[in-house]
Amino acid sequence: MAKVKTFDFDTLANHAGQRPDSETGARAVPIYQTASYVFKDSDAGAAIFNIERGGHVYSRISNPTNAVLEERISALEGGVGAIATASGQAAVFMAIATLMDSGGHIVSSQSLYGGTHNLMEYTFPRFGITTTFVDSNDMDAFRAAIKPETRLIFGETVGNPRAEVFDIPVVSKIAHEHKIPLMIDSTFTTPYLMKPFDFGADIVVHSATKFLSGHGTVMGGLIVDGGIFDWESSNKFPQMTEKYEGFHNLSFTEEFGPAAYISRVRNEGARDFGACISPHTSFLILNGIETLSIRMDKHISNTKEVVQYLDKNDMVEWVSHPDLEDHPNHELAKSLLPRGSTAVFSFGIKGGRKVGQTFIDRLELFSNLANVGDAKSLVIHPASTTHQRMTVEALEAAGISEGLIRLSVGIESVNDLIEDLEKGFKAAAQIS
Amino acid sequence: MYLEVGNNKTYIATGSKEHVDGNSTMTFVHGTGMDHTVWTLASRHFARRGLNIVAVDLPAHGRSEGELIPTIEGMADWVIKALDAAEQESTIVVGHSMGSLVAFDVAARYPDRVTALAMVGTSMPMPVGNLLLDNAEKDNHLAKEMLNYWSHSPSAHLGGSQVPGIWMLGKLIRLLERSGPGVIYNDLLACEKYTEGLSRSKNIQMPTLLILGEDDFMTPIKDAKVLAESIANSRTVLIPNCGHAIVSEAPNDMLDALVTLV
Repeated sequence: MAKVKTFDFDTLANHAGQRPDSETGARAVPIYQTASYVFKDSDAGAAIFNIERGGHVYSRISNPTNAVLEERISALEGGVGAIATASGQAAVFMAIATLMDSGGHIVSSQSLYGGTHNLMEYTFPRFGITTTFVDSNDMDAFRAAIKPETRLIFGETVGNPRAEVFDIPVVSKIAHEHKIPLMIDSTFTTPYLMKPFDFGADIVVHSATKFLSGHGTVMGGLIVDGGIFDWESSNKFPQMTEKYEGFHNLSFTEEFGPAAYISRVRNEGARDFGACISPHTSFLILNGIETLSIRMDKHISNTKEVVQYLDKNDMVEWVSHPDLEDHPNHELAKSLLPRGSTAVFSFGIKGGRKVGQTFIDRLELFSNLANVGDAKSLVIHPASTTHQRMTVEALEAAGISEGLIRLSVGIESVNDLIEDLEKGFKAAAQIS
Repeated sequence: MYLEVGNNKTYIATGSKEHVDGNSTMTFVHGTGMDHTVWTLASRHFARRGLNIVAVDLPAHGRSEGELIPTIEGMADWVIKALDAAEQESTIVVGHSMGSLVAFDVAARYPDRVTALAMVGTSMPMPVGNLLLDNAEKDNHLAKEMLNYWSHSPSAHLGGSQVPGIWMLGKLIRLLERSGPGVIYNDLLACEKYTEGLSRSKNIQMPTLLILGEDDFMTPIKDAKVLAESIANSRTVLIPNCGHAIVSEAPNDMLDALVTLV
């Protein structure tokens, strides 16, 4: 069968969303560092305010630089539109809050970034929104956790920190059988390794702070609307289908069709929650995205070698990476993530916390800090840092032990990285 | 709002404003496999300016029920019935692509109901390639991909939406994917078979506006020129760097042009 030739990933990663500036000819995306925009005349201003014209009013709602980033991530993910936010955490909050009322319920994978877990476990309940956390490998648990008031299933493409691969095809089927959407945090994989919409996800969120920007220099988040979920037949989302008094009785599904969700996020979430991204930050994320595929290939190839090294190391109790045949999601990863699954994973060092700390403190190239997805290699002890607010039971459920060390493998020389790890193990061996 | 047209539940968008007796009317007709949402910005604009908006979902499109109508003339007759149901007498009628043929036919055969005509992304005749028709007949997804691809100008394939944050190619393919079995084929065939149009141009005496994309591959401007020359009182607005999907590629430019009709 004939095929329609569209632009490839790398072309979209460098061009999507931008037409060279018509006034100056600037090739790079200009940074529109402005709060507001002069209206051509009073009627044009009223028209943009009332969603009769495309355009910008105030940079909390939209900004030309941010809009390029929003289009670019939409193009790369295969969505209808996106909105950029001040951080990945802001993206998760805004994406969920758009769908939830007090009394709403979420079913979430328990393999989560600590910040997301905290939001669902402690903060959302203050607003009447509760979450049931389930084992991401237990499909029956997802089914059993769904209640009449459930409005969302949430998961991460690859879980943090044990690299569980989320079975989007199966869980999306469960979600859609119950007429609820599946929201996926795709931070660890980026659209280069996987496009969640292709497997049935409805909404994608990113922390662009990580691989998308790629250099550990910015805070930013993204929400992408797949434009597929049928809000009307679901009959569970009056926010999408009923008249919205906050915008002169606008009905988002009636007026925006496939772009209903992202239109609501912009016209309510961006306006009312205010977690807007800086245009300068968007510029830096765009620069990062231009080299995304090259960096991800290097992250993945380096990770493969580091995983093999660790797997053969006598001081390592276990390695949790989908490349390894004993990982519970090894086959699923091959199916969903053929280019490679993740450069963020964990391993257990023999001897527990003190040995682990000695190991980490000896490393020079791997920086001990709370981030992942940097071009530089990173290391952290999650039980005492990123996931320290979780209870012992929750840590255990998420597979986070005292001896667990998380690595984010960068794009340096892999020989140097392995040598750095070797020095850490030698130091650790002296106290174990 | 919903109306009964020919015993079928029919949706028309009103630009979020209720109709007011005595106000002028503006009617919008969508293109192949689409629905009223392609007119949302324009509908909201002219509703705020006090016009009664009738942005239809043709039968078996969008939210409207009923059987597909296989001819442009049949669709035009149906538009008149929808206007009757909405209690709107005379109207400015605006159509995009297939909808432009419907708008033209309404104006040509019901001239006393039409005060002005706007045809967006249009040509006459409006032939359809065999590859597209064949794939549409089989309800292959490829037909929707072809429509999406050819509807957008080369520059639009890299984005640059006038509406912030919207990826135009993504939005249109999702809209086309919402159309039911046989809808795309029905609509394309209706365009292909509408060969009587130019002979009816003499009936079009009302102010007429053609809004064309300079880079339109679906309805090339050279074919639109024949149509423009056949209409006594016509003007043409040419939008640079714009393809056939003017409703999504250049909604602001389209609005600027349409305002001149009111």
